[in-house]
Amino acid sequence: MNTSLAERSVVVVRNLIPGLATLFLLLLSVVPLSTPNSALVLPPFALMGIYFWSVYRPDLLPIAAAFGIGLMQDILSGGPPGLFAAAYLGVHAVMSWQRRFFVGKAFAVEWLGFAVMVPPLYAAVWLVGSLYYLRVLPVGEIFIQGLLALAFYPAITWALGRLRAAARI
Amino acid sequence: MRAPRSSVLGIGIPLRSLLQRFALVLLIGASFALMVLGRVDTATVERTRTGVMDVVGPVLDVLSRPVAAANRAVAEVRDIMFLRAELERLRDENERLLQWQTVARRMEAENVALRQLLSVVPETMPSFVAARVIADSGAPFVRTVLVNAGHRDGVRKGQVVMNEDGVVGRVVEVGERSTRILLITDLNSRIPIFDEDSGLRGILAGDNGDSPALSFLPNQAQVLPGNRIVTSGHGGLFPQGLPIGVATARDGQIRVRPYVDLHRLEYVRIIRYELPLLAPAGEERPVAADAP
Repeated sequence: MNTSLAERSVVVVRNLIPGLATLFLLLLSVVPLSTPNSALVLPPFALMGIYFWSVYRPDLLPIAAAFGIGLMQDILSGGPPGLFAAAYLGVHAVMSWQRRFFVGKAFAVEWLGFAVMVPPLYAAVWLVGSLYYLRVLPVGEIFIQGLLALAFYPAITWALGRLRAAARI
Repeated sequence: MRAPRSSVLGIGIPLRSLLQRFALVLLIGASFALMVLGRVDTATVERTRTGVMDVVGPVLDVLSRPVAAANRAVAEVRDIMFLRAELERLRDENERLLQWQTVARRMEAENVALRQLLSVVPETMPSFVAARVIADSGAPFVRTVLVNAGHRDGVRKGQVVMNEDGVVGRVVEVGERSTRILLITDLNSRIPIFDEDSGLRGILAGDNGDSPALSFLPNQAQVLPGNRIVTSGHGGLFPQGLPIGVATARDGQIRVRPYVDLHRLEYVRIIRYELPLLAPAGEERPVAADAP
């Protein structure tokens, strides 16, 4: 009885790993990192987490979790509430629908998929953000954020891949 | 890897995907409803935000400490590298400042004498709360930071935030233990300013860029690059004369380069300022009454 309870709790903890890892990535992206020049724009680590887990384990990072993490980002950033919640829902929906195409393929394919997804996603975020504030928002920073996302993707997915292997999920 | 989760009945998978699709539509609807709510009912959204901020605040506080330590180490190394040049610069500056000190001392004495002559009501000295920055906005379109002081420390909405260089921004959301500060560069930031050199008043309007623009000036041509811009104290939100930055001209528009390096905020001061008119009539009154 005891062992089965212990086993079951191990399974529960293991199933929580994708959500917790993505939440950690989100917190990492708001840590005040002071580097010279336009450094208020940090790479959107949480986006990479959502993308990664919705390709590999969408069952462990359900759509409600993607929504929750996006909403958390909106709350922490002080931006329009629901903006990134909707964005991450979109990423989750598209990726868990197209995941068969990516699973088992070379890493470059996965990265390319990410590169294809980022521009329309940020265009949509920019559009909705502009509608929310009722003014044309500057495009520069969102462009930089997109580039940072692409640049940091290999490192973050490498770490997530290691985590996935270690936790055997 | 992934165990098939279909139930004994064949309808398991279709039902599941149907439910998921329903959840997707529902949650997307919820996101947009939230955005509408964010525009219409700001009070509820703010309450929810501050609640979450208070819960996540301590976690961010812990997470930001090693990063801050690393930042300080990097700054230390950089300081050592440029020690000689810095010494030279400071010597020059010290020489200049010593001259200014003489001028300032004379003016202070003159000021005190004149104030006494006119029986000027003394300005109340504001107190302040020191706080550490625990989070950047981390999202595009927003220029805000979270700090680890809140309502219980005496922070209130609208208070001005500074560091040793000048004005950083103002308090927009206050939780019990954490506070959100809108930086002067944010799209929604509007601050009444005063140009010390030309004597003009205007509004400093953020646009998410590094140098906010000056607007509502009576005559733009008179604000010259290099002029010192301070808070005007109009509207009663900010005390008067707090240093903001230096006027610069870019693309035919007058902008202000802040004194504060907003990319390197670590500790800030939240000024507890009370509007003199709203403060209870107290000890200053008799002084004014003595005036002839």
